[in-house]
Amino acid sequence: MLAWTIYLSFLGALAARLAPSKQFARIVALLTALAGLGLSIAALVRWQPGALVTVAQVPWIPQVGISYHLAADGISLTLLLLTGIAATSGILFSWNIEQRTQEFFAFYLVLIGGVYGVFLSFDLFLLFVFYEIAIIPKYFLIAIWGSVPRGATREKAGSQREYAAMKLALYSFAGSALVLAGMVAAWTVSGGRSLSFEFLARYPFPAHFQMWAFPMVFVGFAVLAGMWPFHTWAPTGHAAAPTAASMLLAGVVMKLGAYGCLRVAMMLFPAGLGPWGFHVLGFGSWRDVFAVLAVIGIVYGASVALVQRDFKFVIGYSSVSHMGFVLLGLMTLTQIGLDGAVLQMFSHGVIAGLLFAVVGRMVYDRTHTRDLNELGPMRLAQVIPFAAVTFILAGMASIGLPGFSGFIAEFQILIGTWRALPWMVPVAGIGILIGIAFTWRALTKVFFGEAAAGAQEHPLPPITLAEKCGAVLLLATTLVVGLYPRILIDLILPALNSPLFEGLRKGAWR
Amino acid sequence: MITFLTLLPIVGALLILALRGSRAVARGLAAFFGLSALVGTILLWIGFNPGTPGMQFEEWHAWVPSLGISYHVGVDGLGVLMLVLSAMVVMMSLAASWANAKLGPVYYALVLFLEAGLFGTFTALNFVHWFVFWELSLIPAFFLIRLWGGPGRARASTQFFLYTMVGSVALLLAFLALFLATGRFDFVDLARLAQSGQLTPALANLHWVSNPGQLAMLLFWAAFLGFAVKTPVVPFHTWLPAAYAEAPSETTMLLTGAMSKMGVYGFLRILLPIFPQQMRQAMTPLLWLAVATIVLPAFAAWVQKDLKRTFAYSSINHLGYCVLGVCVAAKFTGTDPRLAAEKAAALTGVLLQVFSHALTAGALFWFIALIERRSGGLRGIDDFGGLRKVVPVLSGLMGIAIFASLGLPGLNGFPGEFLIFKGSFPLVPWATAVAVLGLLMTAVFLLAVIQKVFSGPVNGRWEAMADLTTTERWALAPVIALMFVIGLYPQLITGMVHGTVMQWIAGVGAGVRF
Repeated sequence: MLAWTIYLSFLGALAARLAPSKQFARIVALLTALAGLGLSIAALVRWQPGALVTVAQVPWIPQVGISYHLAADGISLTLLLLTGIAATSGILFSWNIEQRTQEFFAFYLVLIGGVYGVFLSFDLFLLFVFYEIAIIPKYFLIAIWGSVPRGATREKAGSQREYAAMKLALYSFAGSALVLAGMVAAWTVSGGRSLSFEFLARYPFPAHFQMWAFPMVFVGFAVLAGMWPFHTWAPTGHAAAPTAASMLLAGVVMKLGAYGCLRVAMMLFPAGLGPWGFHVLGFGSWRDVFAVLAVIGIVYGASVALVQRDFKFVIGYSSVSHMGFVLLGLMTLTQIGLDGAVLQMFSHGVIAGLLFAVVGRMVYDRTHTRDLNELGPMRLAQVIPFAAVTFILAGMASIGLPGFSGFIAEFQILIGTWRALPWMVPVAGIGILIGIAFTWRALTKVFFGEAAAGAQEHPLPPITLAEKCGAVLLLATTLVVGLYPRILIDLILPALNSPLFEGLRKGAWR
Repeated sequence: MITFLTLLPIVGALLILALRGSRAVARGLAAFFGLSALVGTILLWIGFNPGTPGMQFEEWHAWVPSLGISYHVGVDGLGVLMLVLSAMVVMMSLAASWANAKLGPVYYALVLFLEAGLFGTFTALNFVHWFVFWELSLIPAFFLIRLWGGPGRARASTQFFLYTMVGSVALLLAFLALFLATGRFDFVDLARLAQSGQLTPALANLHWVSNPGQLAMLLFWAAFLGFAVKTPVVPFHTWLPAAYAEAPSETTMLLTGAMSKMGVYGFLRILLPIFPQQMRQAMTPLLWLAVATIVLPAFAAWVQKDLKRTFAYSSINHLGYCVLGVCVAAKFTGTDPRLAAEKAAALTGVLLQVFSHALTAGALFWFIALIERRSGGLRGIDDFGGLRKVVPVLSGLMGIAIFASLGLPGLNGFPGEFLIFKGSFPLVPWATAVAVLGLLMTAVFLLAVIQKVFSGPVNGRWEAMADLTTTERWALAPVIALMFVIGLYPQLITGMVHGTVMQWIAGVGAGVRF
């Protein structure tokens, strides 16, 4: 059944492209996304705790051991659910797209299908194929429907979109190249029999091979997860993308990278995390290196967000900071830290989606400016109170206030960090504080700015029903997970304890 | 019962927001729910059995078992006192805002949210559960200042928010380390571990810890920071004068009356039971901080020109006595029963002072709200003069509140401060002696306020100032009456908390000398 999330998305893309009217395309897209969400929820409900559900297994190129193998464990299910939620709300927030509507939704659904495919793939080659499929529509979504700051001329606007789209595509392809090289190497070293995860996870790769294959594949995926210093595509890409695409980029596509880091790099090459046996500049293993890059990302992303004037860039850099927590959680190599990392993937997907929805759809589409100083005097809290309340709640979730999903995720990551990398706890704490500062700065500047004397309140179009539904869906998700995190923790923990991760547990687990 | 009590204001707030009615409807609903909450807390107070040790009205549900998080509420003497106090201060603030036309439905909804946050903070016994309310109470407070405050509100509210957050993050990180070492988040469990001397050794469970005592000390200071910002303790107080002065006076009543008590509550519920050994080790710097908190703000209050700032600094000074009392209670006294009795006196004094400060400070800012409404927002000390002759009832009642704040025997301020000094002197003579200087300065600046505002020649501008209306008099009457009741019959409160205090002393008394 779960395989239909992929097929339906691609079929929906075709249907949306061929749709006779714009409204028809929208409805087709919404129904497709809802069907995907429904299938994910159904799978979640029927899931046996701890099970690895094989969805499909068909030989594809048997000569080289590649099969069409789809399967889902608790981690995949968590991210499938996220994809369903993000896709549905993204469509609700792009209801107002009038330019080439049919094509927009077609590209959008192809992207969704690729993402579902990555999370369901249980064959390395298949995962790579879906990963590449997801990159193409991203390029077109930004290049054609992207948003640009006010004042840009038509040509300049076009070139800015092109720049952001091209940057994103190039970074993605560079990362993919590293992953491809790692995949080919793994295939060769393991005797060229199979690329199935079940086979590769059990295959005893020599330690010296893992030592160079691990960082290569990890970096390849981490580029897409926004790891510092390979993060620069993220803020420009997020800012230039149309709202729904920013929501998907930050919400889901960055998770593809983090998921790859965990599912491929860490699961297949766990020995690569072990000590080198010597120290360079105080670093004793790849784990030290990536953990330091993760906390740099947390603090750097937050600090840069603190001084941005462009509302979308604030949120763009905040994604870099929050994804740093995911990478930090992965590098703790503790059960609680990894659990927190997966939960943070989910939580950030929902919260970033919400933040971009407010910035891109509710505010920018109405005011046509993203400049914090221009938005302040518009008294948006009075004019569009729904947007203000949504952003306040999303901001509270984003800074990790308890009761929202971000808290329980960062909470577990920090416990894991205390256990494994204690000297990074204060740095991460400072990152959290800067995060609070930039979120509150943006909140007060945009929604509670001081109106100039005699300023008129500009009437803006009211918030539509579609926007309200999307916002409520995302807010409810972050609150439910925040208040009752067992829904997801009970999925993730058994998956981490499954035989697939045995190498990681045996090797460097603390 | 407690869950119901916490949900009550939330329901009220949501109802106000959902109905989108006029100010009068919102105000009526807020008063109804505030009053119901007050009645509920008083019923809890009556049902509370002071003779039984430990927590009462407990509720426990598993929440996230894999992370040691549970839904655990309960009250002891401290908790029940705090509940009544918060409900009382919220009612006072609602009464004060009755005639302030600027405050709309959203204001009342936020006040009720704040009340729910206070109730949750004062009843939750699992760290994570408690932290939810500790943090969430900050959001309504921020918006109360940000949306209805004076000209400097943007800066004041952001400063308030960020300062508190720094403390909260430090507190959170400290508790995560404690959880990692012990597997527990429950305050009662952690206190039991600490008092049997197992907490510090348990920190060695963290494989990288070479000196658990050092780490315990670090965690203590991190947790201390959280409460020191909130109470506040000098030098972490700099957010307070601006926040209190810029907030509308009705909100300042909530900030000083109830929210500042969250800090003192943290000292009593968390620092004293969970870190008694660390408090003992750090006794000297803690005492210096307590003395600084008592003395310096008293001098600062003297030179302020704004009544609200004067009373804001005075508020820091009064809570300094509480910090002193808590520190004294951690002092090592061996098996000497007389010294243990002094510690009990100091702690009882702290609880009395907490309640009495809520009452007095709440009343003082209420009077300032009344004066502001009559003077068109003016509240400088030098703006007035001779009000005694123009508005005798207002001056008389406010005079009572000022004298209560000053610690005049017979009024509510006296028994608490007296017990704190009585208990502290035999244990830490030098600190208590220096703290007396603060007491002296309090008298100086409060009398200066009386002199400049109420006596002297009548300032011609205010010759037509209206005295208190009948409604205002009736609203204030119970507050003034309560000041006398507690001043003359402090057993009303001491009787309630005696069992809890004795339990603390017994728990903290164990342990080793440093």
